[in-house]
Amino acid sequence: MNQPNTPPAIEFRHVGYRIDAGHELLHDLNLEVQRGETLVLLGRSGSGKTTTLKLINHLLTPTQGELRVDARPIRDWDVIRLRRMIGYVIQEVGLFPHFTVERNIGLVPKIENWPANRITERVQELLKLVGLDPQTAMRYPRELSGGQRQRVGVARALAADPPILLMDEPFGALDPITRAELQNEFLDLQKRLRKTVVFVTHDLREALLLGTRIALMEAGRLVDIQTPEEFLSSTEPLASAYKNAFNTDFETHEQRGHP
Amino acid sequence: MNLYQFIQHNHTEVLELTLEHLWLVGISTALAVLIGIPLGILITRRPALNKPILGAANIIQTIPSLALFGFLLPAPWIGARADRLAILALTLYALLPLIRNTYAGIKGVDPAVVEAGRGMGLTDRQLLFQVELPLALGVIIAGIRVATVISVGLATIAAAIGAGGLGEYIFRGLAMVNNQVILAGAVPAAAMALLADVTLGALEKRLTPN
Repeated sequence: MNQPNTPPAIEFRHVGYRIDAGHELLHDLNLEVQRGETLVLLGRSGSGKTTTLKLINHLLTPTQGELRVDARPIRDWDVIRLRRMIGYVIQEVGLFPHFTVERNIGLVPKIENWPANRITERVQELLKLVGLDPQTAMRYPRELSGGQRQRVGVARALAADPPILLMDEPFGALDPITRAELQNEFLDLQKRLRKTVVFVTHDLREALLLGTRIALMEAGRLVDIQTPEEFLSSTEPLASAYKNAFNTDFETHEQRGHP
Repeated sequence: MNLYQFIQHNHTEVLELTLEHLWLVGISTALAVLIGIPLGILITRRPALNKPILGAANIIQTIPSLALFGFLLPAPWIGARADRLAILALTLYALLPLIRNTYAGIKGVDPAVVEAGRGMGLTDRQLLFQVELPLALGVIIAGIRVATVISVGLATIAAAIGAGGLGEYIFRGLAMVNNQVILAGAVPAAAMALLADVTLGALEKRLTPN
């Protein structure tokens, strides 16, 4: 399955996106996301990272160039099918407030007509996977803490076992301790699941920790794409600016695994 | 003769007119719900229709009710019977709160919830029925409540064109310069409006999420 010549999971070819009036949010993006990697899009607000993410699950439509998912041009995809094979996690979580946790997680399996007992099983399995008590299934989103909500958000995105996962600053609204917990759990999870992940953040520390590669973006353009180690030794001005802004010792996922 | 005695003495007629009144209000509100909610949904999907539809409903609302009854009089089939005419006019008046509240209710759903729903691959129909409408239900019921209370009051004027209802007493009392008779129409109508307000208010509260 994972032969060296497998096409990339996601491929941007000269992709641009502009809103009607002509303001360009993304300019000539060329990018390949390999299967099983965690590609982090790093950049400040307005750099185009969220736009890039939303092009992948077709919440936005490219105005230029070609975008391929699974080697197939995005316009050839049935948009609903495409989205159901792409998990989507956002900072605001967006849990359905009128559904229990179980219904939130089980919604896509349900509309995909899974039998009820299989959905219940899957929900329990996912709650365990994201570190939540099985009892949580019966609760409503408003009864949960921010960290628990985002855990449910991740479980919901994984429900139908999509090969691709898009995460838009998923841990950005959490307190530092909860954030660190969820980052670590994400690493464990990713070690086991090997999803193709595109992860948006403006936090360099998070990018270095979670990413297998970091795509640095600025003003709608891709500046550079590097491994965390390369990023740390990079002399590229913007990369240096980031390192200065964070200005402390960094550790990457690799270094943390082998102290 | 006081009001209580008047009502006791004429209880069959009071009951009959009250039922007539309920019929006018009930049918017209039901029709307005059947037309207004789909229109409200439509303008969340087709923003270009937003202004014309809300504008039209707004204009209808500004037409004085007696004049509207008059305008509709020459209409075929509708104009042939006073109760049809009254129901049509009341339906038209009830449209605005229903369209507006349906639209506002759906637009008021947390954008993150809608984005998550779309992102996970819900079709527009699934998003509407599983997420947006349930979350907008409280606001939509509030629209039905406003429409009903307005209709109960407006329906009294329907008596002017012979459509019956509690307005009969009000107009008769005015002609006779008899407050007792006016009150025999006004008090049950007010009670009906209050009852509708309280009942639908409780329903609204129950169906508002969180």
